[in-house]
Amino acid sequence: MDTQSLKKASDTPNFYWTLFKSTFLISAFTVGGGFVIIPLLRAKYVDEYGWLDDKETLNLVSIAQSMPGIVAVNSAIILGYRMAGVRGALTGVSATILPPLITLSIISCFYDAFAHNEYVRYALKGMQCGATALIISVALDLLKKQCKKKLLLPILIILGTFIANLFFDVNIMLLVVIDGIIGLILMREAKYN
Amino acid sequence: MIYLLLFWEFAKVGIFCVGGGYASMPLIQSSVVDTYHWLSLSEFVDIFTISQMTPGPIGINAATFAGMKIAGVLGAISATLGFVTPSFIICIFVARLYFKYGDIGIIRGILNGLRPAVVALICAAGMSFITLALWNEETLPEDLSNLDPIGILMLLITLIAVRCKVGVIRVLAGAGIGGLILGLVKTQM
Repeated sequence: MDTQSLKKASDTPNFYWTLFKSTFLISAFTVGGGFVIIPLLRAKYVDEYGWLDDKETLNLVSIAQSMPGIVAVNSAIILGYRMAGVRGALTGVSATILPPLITLSIISCFYDAFAHNEYVRYALKGMQCGATALIISVALDLLKKQCKKKLLLPILIILGTFIANLFFDVNIMLLVVIDGIIGLILMREAKYN
Repeated sequence: MIYLLLFWEFAKVGIFCVGGGYASMPLIQSSVVDTYHWLSLSEFVDIFTISQMTPGPIGINAATFAGMKIAGVLGAISATLGFVTPSFIICIFVARLYFKYGDIGIIRGILNGLRPAVVALICAAGMSFITLALWNEETLPEDLSNLDPIGILMLLITLIAVRCKVGVIRVLAGAGIGGLILGLVKTQM
C-alpha cells in the first residue's frame, strides 16, 4: 500500500481537536457497540478526512477485533496510533470513553432513584427477559459459528470451559489462561483462525 | 482503597475479555457479583440491559454503570480507566509489532484458543440470566416448579422477536412495556 500518497494526518490544522470531536460525537450517538461504531469511524477517517487508506484501516481493525478489550476502544486506539502515535491513540481513546462515562453516570443516578418503584420494577423485569433473550441469541449464533467449522478442539474447549465454569465454579480468569495456553500450543494453524 | 480495587478488577476484565462487549459480561459478573458481591445478579442484569439501550460501547457502559453504583463518579472513572488501560498498552504494542513484522503467529494461536472459551463463558452467563428471568433467583432453586409466569411469557416473546431480527432497542423497549402491563394485570388479579 502506498502510504506516501496520503497526506500526513497529524499535519492537518487542528488535527487533535478534529479527531477528538469526530470520535466523541460518534461514540456519543451510536447505539449498539463496536460493530456499529467501526464503520462510522472508517467513514470519518478514510472517506471524509483522508487520514488513512481503506485497506490498511481494514487490517488495523481486524487486529483491534482480535485483541483483548472492547472492539470500538481498541479500534480508536490503533487507528489513532497509526495516525499520530501515542498522542493520537490517547486522543482516540479518551474521545471514545468520555461520552458513555458521562451518559451512564447520569442514568445511574436515575436508576437508583427509580429502581425500587413498583412499576419501574415490572418494566425492568420485562427488560431483563429481553436482555436474557438477547444473550441467548448471541450465544446460539456463536455456537453455530464454531460448530460449522467442524473442528474438534474448539468444541472440546467450549464444553470443558462451560462445564468447569457452571458446575465446578472454576475461576473464569484461570479458565481463560488455560484455554489461551491450549491455543498457543495446539491451535496455531490457519484453519483455527 | 475501593478505587484501586475497582481499577484492578476492571483491568483484569480488560485483559481477559476477548471478542467485544458481550465477552466482558461474564467477566464483570464473576468479579462484581460472584467474588465481591458489590451488586446483586438482578442489578447486574439491569446494568446489562441499560448498557444495551444507551449509546456507546456496551463494555464501557457496563463498567461505568457498575463503577458508579459501587463507588460513585470516581468509581465509574476508576472502573472505566481500568478497563481500557490494558487494551491501550496491548494494542499499541501489537500495532508496533504489526507495522514492523506483519502478522504474528503466536498471538493468533492464543486468540484461537480464547475464542471458543468466550463462547462457553457467554453461554454460562446466559444460564444465570435464564435462572433470574424464570425463577427470580441467582442460582437454580430447589423447587423448580416455582416459576415466574411473567418471566416465562416475556422470555418466550422476546426470544421469538430477537430471532426474527427485531432491533435491540425495540426488543428491550417492548419488553419493558410488556413487563409493566403483565405486572399490572397480575396485581389486579
